[in-house]
Amino acid sequence: MRRFTWFNATSLTLGFVFLYLPILILMIYSFNSSKLVTVWAGFSTKWYGELLQNEAFMDAALVTLQVGLISSTIATLLGTMAAYVLVRGGRFMGRTLFSGMIYAPLVVPDVITGLSLLLLFISMGLDRGVTTIVLAHATFSMCYVSVVVSSRLVSFDRSLEEAALDLGCTPFDAFRSVTLPIIAPAVISGWLLAFTLSLDDLVIASFASGPSATTLPMKIFSAVRLGVSPEINALSTILIGIVTVGVVTSSIMTKRAAVRRKRQERAAEAQA
Amino acid sequence: MGVVHGHCRSGIDPLIMGNLRRIFLISVPYGWLLLLFLIPFAIVLKISLSDAALAIPPYAPRLEAGSGLKGVWDLLTRFDLENFVFLTQDSLYWKAYLSSVWIALVSVVFTLLVGYPIAYGMARASDEWRPTLMMLVILPFWTSFLIRVYAWIGILGTNGYLNQVLLWSGLISEPLVILNTNLAVYIGIVYTYLPFMVLPIYATLEKLDHDLLEAAEDLGCSRLQAFWLITVPLSRPGVIAGCFLVFIPVVGEFVIPSLLGGSKTLMIGKVLWDEFFSNRDWPLASAVAVILLLILIIPIVLFQRQQQRQQEAEQ
Repeated sequence: MRRFTWFNATSLTLGFVFLYLPILILMIYSFNSSKLVTVWAGFSTKWYGELLQNEAFMDAALVTLQVGLISSTIATLLGTMAAYVLVRGGRFMGRTLFSGMIYAPLVVPDVITGLSLLLLFISMGLDRGVTTIVLAHATFSMCYVSVVVSSRLVSFDRSLEEAALDLGCTPFDAFRSVTLPIIAPAVISGWLLAFTLSLDDLVIASFASGPSATTLPMKIFSAVRLGVSPEINALSTILIGIVTVGVVTSSIMTKRAAVRRKRQERAAEAQA
Repeated sequence: MGVVHGHCRSGIDPLIMGNLRRIFLISVPYGWLLLLFLIPFAIVLKISLSDAALAIPPYAPRLEAGSGLKGVWDLLTRFDLENFVFLTQDSLYWKAYLSSVWIALVSVVFTLLVGYPIAYGMARASDEWRPTLMMLVILPFWTSFLIRVYAWIGILGTNGYLNQVLLWSGLISEPLVILNTNLAVYIGIVYTYLPFMVLPIYATLEKLDHDLLEAAEDLGCSRLQAFWLITVPLSRPGVIAGCFLVFIPVVGEFVIPSLLGGSKTLMIGKVLWDEFFSNRDWPLASAVAVILLLILIIPIVLFQRQQQRQQEAEQ
């Protein structure tokens, strides 16, 4: 028996007010007609219009999108491979170093990762720009992807793969038709995680990029240093809106898929 | 083509094929991480032992191509610990390290105080509410970190929303100075890192066996005693995990102190950034990074041990 007390209700309410009120205020004031962000002067959508005409922001948004799409795809491929090696690879030389390198980027501060990558790019003589940001983002995101995917790989029944192999599948076919469908949700959420990490990153991108490429967070950061501006509020509102819609839809979809699977399992049990 | 292909496939021993595939699977992510994670650290270490120079890149000595073994030897003999000695001499640096660790510790305590009741409430909510509550905690984590920090600039400023409300209600007559102080940094950290504290605590509280609490109450414990004697000790693994998950990244935090902190807020992540981008002293920035990593290795190793023990206990 669980009891839900007044204390629980109050702490949840206060907690969620604390988490959501700042974002809500930010979104409301993006519709403020005054240039002074803290003084309400009537409803207006003019900052959205100005934002769309601000070429610097639009260019930065395009760079960010490009970097995010490419780096998260590379990260998903590498991270899934790494997870497979960690969970199914058995013993090999340097395994400890490998798992260390997978987990370390999750805890190393961004400033250090960024600095070290920049020094690498310079000593390799690479021109800094979109390519170097993609390389940097793919590297730290692949570690997140591999953690997400390996937790799924650990929990699934290996005998399914073995059955496929016994029935004459090649290892690749077994992976494609048995393993991949089972780990697909984890791979997809790994990709989404990598994508949002890339969209979100300021510090590593600042080190890894050169004068030729500016990402949206870099642009926001330099604008925000000068203080609050209604244009940034409008931009934030758009970004938050996109993320919220994405997260809510994907969670509803996974929920539906789970319900459907349960129903099928139940039907199969009833038949048997 | 098809025939040749088929022939090739049958010509290769499946065992060799399997080995080749395995080598490929291991070597691609391995090589990537070696090149883009491990070697960069070696370079940071190397440059931290070099001297700053007015050159591009701005450090010396550098390994000249074609200088052979003699060049490597020259390089090694010209390395020194000068940058590290400088770090101990200039009080700015060790003060920044100490204050980063201190700010991280205080933030951990605040985050725990705010996060525990939320996790506790979530664990006690009914089954149909829990997924929604989970999503409400995770959702801010997906929205931009930078934007969430930025939201507080408008709230905490001298003309900010908080001061407006407080002045209007008559609680204060002069606006409070919160933005650009350490208090603002703490608020920013608690706000952005809260999910990292709530989720692991919730995970342990959710599994808690409620019969234990009932048994304790049957045996004469008050509710508060039962909470203190049963719930708190059983949620310890989650609390410890949450504390590490907040402490480790906060020590190296850059965005929050630079947007919400003031000139008196000393954090090493910001010092490193300024040393690199403003002073362009790459060797010194590298030395700062090396020491920061050494400081963080202790909590990281402790955290990993704790996680391992936790996993073994669950199996």
